[in-house]
Parts: sequence; C-alpha cells; structure tokens
Amino acid sequence: MALIELHNIIKNYPLGDEFIQVLKGVSMSIERGEYVALMGASGSGKSTLMNILGCLDRPSAGDYLFDGSELGRASGDFRAEVRNRKIGFVFQSFNLLSRTTALENVIMPLAYTAGNMSHSERRKRGMAALEAVGIADRAGHHPSQLSGGQQQRVAIARALINRPPVIFADEPTGNLDSHTSVEVMNMFKQLNDEGITVILVTHSQAIAKYAKRTICMSDGQIVSGLFEGGIAQ
Amino acid sequence: MNTFDTVVMALISLKRNPTRTMLTMLGIIIGIGAVITMMEIGAGSSTAIRTTIERMGAGSGIIYPGVRRVAGIRSGTNSWASLLPADAEAILRECPNVSLISPIVRSSTAQAIFGSENWIPNQMYGVSPSFFAIRDWQLEEGRFFGEREVDINARVCVVGATIVKELFGGISPLDCELRINNTTFRVVGVLKSKGANMMGVDEDDVILMPWTTMRMRITGLRSGSATSTTSTLSTRPGERYPVSGVAFYPEQDSSMREDKLVIPKFTYIDHIAFAAISPEKIDEATAEITALLRERHELVAAQDDDFRIRSASDFMKMMDKTSTLMNNLLLGVALLSLVVGGVGIMNIMLVSVTERTREIGLRMAVGARSRDILKQFLIEAVVICLLGGFIGIAVGHGTAELIEHQLHWPIESSPEAVVAAFLVSAGIGMIFGFYPAWKASKLDPIEALRYE
Repeated sequence: MALIELHNIIKNYPLGDEFIQVLKGVSMSIERGEYVALMGASGSGKSTLMNILGCLDRPSAGDYLFDGSELGRASGDFRAEVRNRKIGFVFQSFNLLSRTTALENVIMPLAYTAGNMSHSERRKRGMAALEAVGIADRAGHHPSQLSGGQQQRVAIARALINRPPVIFADEPTGNLDSHTSVEVMNMFKQLNDEGITVILVTHSQAIAKYAKRTICMSDGQIVSGLFEGGIAQ
Repeated sequence: MNTFDTVVMALISLKRNPTRTMLTMLGIIIGIGAVITMMEIGAGSSTAIRTTIERMGAGSGIIYPGVRRVAGIRSGTNSWASLLPADAEAILRECPNVSLISPIVRSSTAQAIFGSENWIPNQMYGVSPSFFAIRDWQLEEGRFFGEREVDINARVCVVGATIVKELFGGISPLDCELRINNTTFRVVGVLKSKGANMMGVDEDDVILMPWTTMRMRITGLRSGSATSTTSTLSTRPGERYPVSGVAFYPEQDSSMREDKLVIPKFTYIDHIAFAAISPEKIDEATAEITALLRERHELVAAQDDDFRIRSASDFMKMMDKTSTLMNNLLLGVALLSLVVGGVGIMNIMLVSVTERTREIGLRMAVGARSRDILKQFLIEAVVICLLGGFIGIAVGHGTAELIEHQLHWPIESSPEAVVAAFLVSAGIGMIFGFYPAWKASKLDPIEALRYE
C-alpha cells in the first residue's frame, strides 16, 4: 500500500464572492522510501499541495489517504497527532525559536507527544538527533549563534525527533549558500537511504536533481512525474 | 503537553520580558493588595466590635420600661415605670434560658463627694451582685457587695477606675467613705478598668451600689403609680436638677383609669439586666422574658408591650451590619481595581499572541493541538496573575501592618482572605487570559508560519 494516496484533491480559496481553484483534481501516490521533488512555478499550487500533504491544510474535496487512514476530513486532534508522530517539517526560514537553545528546539515536539517521556530521556533523544545531523557540539547554542546551515540542521534534527516515516521540506535551501545547500541536500539523501520518505518542494532544477522522482505542477495540476516510480528508476 | 512543562514554559517566557511582566503584574498586585488590606482591616474591626460586646457581656440584655399608651398618648421609652423587683425575681425563676438577673436603679445626676473633691459619675447604678457577672466586671481590689447587703440597704459601693482617679486622686479608696446626697457610703471594691466602649462612653466612670440602697436612699420612690402627683417634682436646696420621683407625662385621671384598675405599685425599678445561659440562647431568653412579662403585666393581645428588651446581640448585629456595609463598599472598590488589572493582563496577552504568531504556527506544525496552545497561553496568564497575587498578598498584608502600626487600627490577618485572593487572581487570569489564548488556538498554522 502506498504511503500517500491522493484522489482527485480540489482546493478552493474564496476571493470575494467567487472561488479560485488552486488545485484542480490532483491524484497521485507516493510509496514508502521515495525521494520526491515537487516542482513548479510560483502559483502552480505546489505549496498548497504541500500544505495539504503536510496536514496543515484541508482539501476542499477529494480523499487524502496517509498510511491507510483518511486525513482530509479527520479531526483536528488526530491531524495534530499525525503531524507530531508521522511527519517532519523543514522550512525555508528554519523557524527555530529564538532565545531557546538548539537542544530545546529539537525536543520541543516531544512536549506534544502523547505518553509522558521523562525530561532526561527527551534530552537524550534530542542529543542523538543532533548527533545524527552532526552538530551535537552546538546543543547549548541559541539559533542566533549558529550559521544558516547549522540552523537548518537543527531544524532537520527537530523534524527527525519522533522518527517520522516522512519528511516534508519546503525550499530547505532557499536561505542557504550553494556550499551549505549541498551539505543539507546530502543529508536528505542520507536520510532517504535510511528509508525515510522525503518530499521536497522547490523551484530549483539543481535541487530537484537530488530527488529520485520529480513531480511538476502547473496551474493546479500535475503535468509530469505522476507515474515515474522513484524506486523503479 | 503536561501542565508542569507548560508552567515552566510560561515562567521562561515571562522571564524574557521582565519589565513588561512586572508592569502587567502591577495591576494585579495593587488590586489583590487592596483587597487583602481591606479584608484584614474589616476582620480587625469586626473582632474589635465583638470584643467590646463581650466586655459588655455577650449573652446579656437589658429590659427597659416601654412605651405605654395612655388615653391615646404614646409616651416615649422610659416615660413609664413598669418594672418591679418581683418581675426580676419571676424572670429568674420561670425563664429556663435566663441564668442571671439584676434590677437596675439609675441615677446619673447624683453628686459624689470625698473630702474636698466632688464628681458626678456618668453612671451611678443600684444593682444586685449578679450585675457584676452579667456585665463581666472584674475586681481590681476589695470585693463586690453581696445579697445580704442588698437586703439590708447597706451603704456600700463599688467604684470604677475613673472615680478613683477623679475623686480619690488615684489613691486606693478601699474602706474610704464617700458621700452621695448626704448619705455616706463605704467603698468596698474597685473595678478593673474597661476603658471606653465603642460609643466612646467611659465605662470606668461608674459607681455601683445595692439597688435597694439606691432606691431608698438616693433616688426615692420613682413614681408611676396612682399615688404620685406632680408635687413630687420637688427640688431640694443645692440641687440643680430634680432627681426623685418625676412623672414626665400627665397622670391618668379617674376617667382614664376606668379602662383598667391600676393597682398602686411602689418600688419600681428602672431596668432589669439579665444574662442568658449562653450567648447563643439570648434570643430564646428574650422570647421567654417577653411572654412572662406580658403575662405578669396583664397585657391583652391587642396591647403593646409595656417594656422593651435590648440584648447585646441586637447591638452586635447592628454594629456588625454597619461595619460589614463599610467593608463591602471598600472591598467593591478594591475589586474594581482588580478588574482594571485584569484588563491589563488581557491587553498584554493579546500583544504576546501577536508577537509569537510564528511560534504558534510552528508549534501547531510539529503537533500541538488547539487545546495545547490554548493551555499554554491560559497558563501564562494564570501564572502572571498568581505571581502578582502572591506579591499582592504580601503587599496587602504589609500595608495592613503599616496601618495598624501608624494609625492603630485593629487588623486581623485572615487565612480566608489569602485563599480568596489566591483564587481570585487565578480566576482573573482565566477570565482575562481566555480570549487571547482562544485567539491563539484558532490561528491558521499556514498563515501563522508565514506571519512576519
């Protein structure tokens, strides 16, 4: 069974009295372990699709099956739990909490994980995640004391803290120079090799090349990449 | 997210902006401080009232001769002598809730003379020995007079501290003889000082003697019977005011008397003091006395009582009511300032929610449920209020102590007030923190993440 299945997803935004249709019936599936890049010009609907995939937004119509369960119409609490346990987010602007150490940023999602974990256990797991992204020595630093690449690594460690099966990365290299971009992209590659599904949103061909499969979007519809199985490649 | 973590998180975020946190708390500090101060002063004053009443005798009361309707004319209180020594005896005998009784014969205008000094005491009462127990008088020295001395109209008296000071120059008057209306009295006891009562009357300015002595030797037989006439309004040489036998209102004539046969009564007494078996039984005692006196005075159902009973509890209720009213008024003003403080909290929490929109979006993206966000901001508001509350309790208590020290007002710290302040500040946090927290929890994570 595919990890993600979309059936005729439609998303409308109200604009005055009318609706703008941003997604015009998107259907696709992503298997476990795939590395997918979602491409398209701005306004193509890729960010909207990403938000729906990431459970941040709800589709106006259509079915979204994640790991076998329908999420589009699920309760807010259930969707929050999915975001917490099964999805990791990496943002373009890192979105770290300033005035909070790297380690505290990494373990922040654990506070929302049901089933109480002791504080020391959380820190242990946080340190392990920081080690995995190679900046355990910066655990006590605040985001302002870290370089862009280091900040993005902290963000990746945060995304990995609950060992989710899938990571969404929205322009993860958008704020980084080319050198650190390569580092970060290699890290996603490594994660994908370990079996984590990576879904990347980007408008850069160079970045999209890292992915095994590229889905191109235009005007709210998928125009290519629908059936190229990354694993088959 | 567990509550402990949320509280820690709230404390951390409050620490980030100490000036703003302090200013926000100030409203709560002032509000809670004012409430605590008011409650401590209120508790102090009602305790002071209770102590004063207890000093007067908590379970005691006084029976006054009442209004009597004579030919349609309702004379005022005390205009008619209607109480007899036999009434007093009957009350003690027949009312199970009455434990002590004492007739009172008053004279407030008789002059006491000792050596070259003279003094008109504020209160000069003829009483029976039970009176000392009813009014809770203690002895400084000497003794009280006894029943035997009442029976024989003994010329003995017990004096208060003010009399010792004014008449005897502060020297122990024990066994000295003072003169009242040309009768000599031996001082057998000196009363322990009680000070001024809450009405400002000096309670120590008192001479007490057996009531029979007072009636027979000083005031004479108070009229009120058919035998007396206005001719009793006699002034003795050297007396400015008539002290004996005055009918303040016109006597009944024979035609009036046809209504009811008035049997001549002689030794009327002015008041009867009584004590109930316990302060709680005072209302029962009052009811029993009313029933008994109505029967003894042969009053039919349509007639008003010809006596009035005022118990210490009535007085206490009245004083309590006044002070409670004052306190509630002040408390209301104090609570109003709490509301103002609460509005300050709401304002700052709204600012905080706007400032931290991105943080809220991020927390939602990593799995915070709406209620986690709601809880976070609500707890932050409650924590700020509770901190303010704690400081306010300290400030309020300090202010009350200062008032006690500087103005000598009685205060009393009340644990209830502290608990109430604690609950109120938590409540303020809940009420005024709810709207900002609710607003935060309803943010759209996509919008919030994009917020600059």
